[in-house]
Amino acid sequence: MGAIGEGLQRIFQLDLELWRIVALSLEVSLSAVILATALGLPLGALLAVKRFPGRRGVIVVLNALMGLPPVVVGLLIYLLLSRAGPLGELGLLFTPGAMVLAQTVLVLPIIAALARQALDDSWREYEEQLRSLGAEGASAALTLIWDARFSLVTAVLAGLGRAAAEVGAVMIVGGNIDGVTRVMTTAIALETSKGDLSLALGLGVVLIAIVLALNATAQLVKDAAQRRFG
Amino acid sequence: MILPLTLDDVSYSSGGQPIISGVSLSIEAGPSTIILGANGAGKSVLMRLMHGLLSPTAGTIRWHETAARRRQAMVFQRPVMLRRSALANVEYALRLAGLAAGERQRQALAALDEVGLRDVAARPARVLSGGEQQRLALARAWALHPEVLFLDEPTANLDPGATREIETVIRAFDAAGTKIVMATHNLGQARRLGDEVIYLHRGQVLERAAIDRFFPQPSTAEAAAFIKGEVPWA
Repeated sequence: MGAIGEGLQRIFQLDLELWRIVALSLEVSLSAVILATALGLPLGALLAVKRFPGRRGVIVVLNALMGLPPVVVGLLIYLLLSRAGPLGELGLLFTPGAMVLAQTVLVLPIIAALARQALDDSWREYEEQLRSLGAEGASAALTLIWDARFSLVTAVLAGLGRAAAEVGAVMIVGGNIDGVTRVMTTAIALETSKGDLSLALGLGVVLIAIVLALNATAQLVKDAAQRRFG
Repeated sequence: MILPLTLDDVSYSSGGQPIISGVSLSIEAGPSTIILGANGAGKSVLMRLMHGLLSPTAGTIRWHETAARRRQAMVFQRPVMLRRSALANVEYALRLAGLAAGERQRQALAALDEVGLRDVAARPARVLSGGEQQRLALARAWALHPEVLFLDEPTANLDPGATREIETVIRAFDAAGTKIVMATHNLGQARRLGDEVIYLHRGQVLERAAIDRFFPQPSTAEAAAFIKGEVPWA
């Protein structure tokens, strides 16, 4: 069990290798979540507000996509970005950009589907009033997003948790290249197989701490908002 | 002037259940109109049809002018407030109405003044009391200077004190020349605020009369029973 102590030591001694990996992980996952939020919240809100033929089908597909296996997303993005693929020209494969793209695709359905669920409830309450005031379609969707902004934090965090925790997609499109595309999850997988348990454990502790801190902050923000705005 | 509003043989059904059946009437400018009837008579649905929140399944609803949408407002039984300040809720309505940014705050504050909520302008709307929220809903309508104001049982959830305050504001709308169309099953309120009654029974208009004729001499047995406080469908 010396590995745990050594792992903690590497965290507190600001082990450069460890913290570089942590920084890249956060950069990739946060970028992906920001992109997926920018696309997913409007998508979820429009699905809550608009009535059109096939809406139920879209919702079912979206809900199903929440369970998309990361390795499958990784494979699809790999094919897209590989030299012979349609986006091969961009030369993104095995770069952090490819990892951001893959995680965005992975996380987008989670954020959109959870937002749709939350905003469906708000819309039931607001619909008549907003229509009476003349807000429909995109205008109503924006109002809903802003008014439910504190509950939507949960949807965004679910996405971030998923992005930070997945291995498969970033492994395939990033390649786990040391110093370039190595992130916490891929490093843990690699170091464990190599037997360097201290780095793996150190990274594991950091990963859990980050996820905990994010969720605790979100809960505090939500509670404060609830008290303030009702 | 967007009035008169004309309903021609309007019906509305939901899930095969008729809720409004063959209603023809005309709403003219001037007298405050009370839509009276028991619970389930179709008052709320009739108001929503008039306001355009529902489309009739048969018949036509026509305003005198086509661009009537923005010149009417509705206050619901349960006020719906956004998670922002009281002032911002009124400003939101003004923004949707297309008012320039610089004008919104001044008009919104004037509307809050009108309903006596100036002091709570900065408070979050959803933590106000039920009576205050309903007055805020009236302020939001007031700011829009509607030609017609629909009110759907605006005091059904309120205590007598809050009800009096709401009724005062409704009178101010009337005095300012806004046509009042209000659904209620509160006979006292109908007498206090109304000039004429449309009596609705099971989705049909049974009577329409001036208020001081309707109450002493209803011309249908159903209306007479309703006024006596009996249950007309028993």
